[in-house]
Amino acid sequence: MSSVRVLVGTAKGAFICTADGARNAWNIEGPLFGGLEIYHINASPAAPDRMYASQATDWFGQVVHRSDNGGKTWETVGNEFAYEGETGTHQWYDGTPHPWDFKRVWHFEPSRTDPDHVYAGVEDAALFESKDGGMSWKELPGLRTHTTGSDWSPGAGGMCLHTILVDPTNPQRIFVAISAAGSFRSDDGGVTWKPITKGLVSNFMPEPEAEIGHCVHRIAHHPTRPDTLFMQKHWDVMRSDDAGDSWHEVSGNLPSDFGFPIAVHAHEPETIYVVPIKSDSEHYVPEGKLRVYRSRSGGNEWEPLTKGLPQKDCYVNVLRESMAVDTMDECGIYIGTTGGGVYASPDGGDTWNAISEHFPRVLSVEVQVLP
Amino acid sequence: MIRVVLPYHLRNLARVGAEVELSLAEQNGERITTNAVLDALEQRYPMLRGTIRDHASKERRAYLRYFACGEDRSFTPNDDPLPEAVVEGAEPFLVVGAISGG
Repeated sequence: MSSVRVLVGTAKGAFICTADGARNAWNIEGPLFGGLEIYHINASPAAPDRMYASQATDWFGQVVHRSDNGGKTWETVGNEFAYEGETGTHQWYDGTPHPWDFKRVWHFEPSRTDPDHVYAGVEDAALFESKDGGMSWKELPGLRTHTTGSDWSPGAGGMCLHTILVDPTNPQRIFVAISAAGSFRSDDGGVTWKPITKGLVSNFMPEPEAEIGHCVHRIAHHPTRPDTLFMQKHWDVMRSDDAGDSWHEVSGNLPSDFGFPIAVHAHEPETIYVVPIKSDSEHYVPEGKLRVYRSRSGGNEWEPLTKGLPQKDCYVNVLRESMAVDTMDECGIYIGTTGGGVYASPDGGDTWNAISEHFPRVLSVEVQVLP
Repeated sequence: MIRVVLPYHLRNLARVGAEVELSLAEQNGERITTNAVLDALEQRYPMLRGTIRDHASKERRAYLRYFACGEDRSFTPNDDPLPEAVVEGAEPFLVVGAISGG
C-alpha cells in the first residue's frame, strides 16, 4: 500500500510527517534544524529520498542541506549563490535604484528525471541551478538581466522568485513568478525570458496593465496540461490557456480574491484550490473561518471546503508555498498555516484532519507518494 | 593552538562541541589575525563557509560579533593581530550571535 510523506518548512525548523494511504494517522519527525527558519524543503521526483532544504536566517545567512535517505541524515552542500557578471540595480520600495543582493533561497524545484539537477528561486529575484546535487550553483542570468529587470521592485516579503514550473512535456519551457515583478516564461531552458502578464490588472500600480510590477503570489498547472496556468495574484485569481500569453480573471464567487497559494488537483485538471484571505491589509481568513475554496470548473464557480478545518476564531493565513497535492488515486490536499496548523484532506478537500495544530509558523508544505 | 567558541547553531552545523581548537602558528613573523583564524576554521569545517562571513566580501554578518579578551573586536580590522592571550590559547576567540528575534 502506498504511503505519503509531507515535508513541512517552518520558522523554527522542519518536520517530516508520514502516513499510510488513508492519510488520517500521522507520524511526525522533527523538528529538524531546530530553531532555524526553513523556507522550503522539497524532494526529487526522480529519487524520492533525495531532499533539499533551504535554511535562511539573518544570523548565518543561507545554508543548503541535502539528504539522500529520506531525511534521516543531512549534509550541508553549496551555499554560494553568486550573480553572474555585473549585478546592476532594481528598484527599491521608494523607487530608487538598489543593488541586487542575494538574501535567501525561497524555492527548490528538483528535476523530474535527474536527482542531481535542481533549480533554486532566490531573493533578490534570480534563478539558479545545480547539476551536481547542490554542491555548486550557477545563475541563469538571462532572467535577472532581462531588459525590464531594472524596473522590478520588491513586494512586502522581499523581491523573491518563489515559483518555478518546468513543463513536464518540454523541459526547455520554464515558468517563474516573482513578487513584485510578475510572471515570466522561457522556451529555451532558461536562457532567454519574456514577461507573461497580458491581461493582469493591478490597481495599485500607476499603470494597472503595465507589463512589469504585478505582485504574482503563485502560479500552478496540471502536468498533462502545462499550458493552462492558474494564478493567485495580490488581488485576483487568474487563468491562462495559452502558456501565459494572455490571462483572464476567474475569481467568480470567492468571498475575497486576495490570497497566496493556488493548486491543481492531481487527476482533474479543471479542479483548483485557493485559500482566500480578507485583504491586502488584513492577512487572515475572513470571518474567523479557515476555508479552502475549490472550483471544479477551472475557476469562477467556487465552493468552500470546511469539514475538519477551524471554523471559529481562526485568524491565520496560508502562505504561497504552503499548499500541496498528492498523486494518490484519491487526490490528497495539504495546507499549512501561519498559526502552525498543518491539515490533510485525503479526499480532494471534502474532509480534513490535523497533522498538527501546533507547529511553528508554516512557511512551506510539500508532499510525496511513496511506494 | 587557537581556541574558537561558536554560537549554538554553528556548533550544530559543524558538529563540534563548545570549543574548536585550531593549530595555527605564526609563520615568518606574520601575526595571527581574525581573518587567519576564520580562514583556518572554514578550511577545517567547510560547512561554515558563508555563515560567519559573506562568501564574496568576507565581511562579518551583521547579526554576529567577534570578541576576545573581554573586548568587542567586531570593528577592528580583520587583518590586525589578535591579542597574545588568544594566540597562545589562554583566551578563546568568540563568535557571538545577536540576541534578537522571536
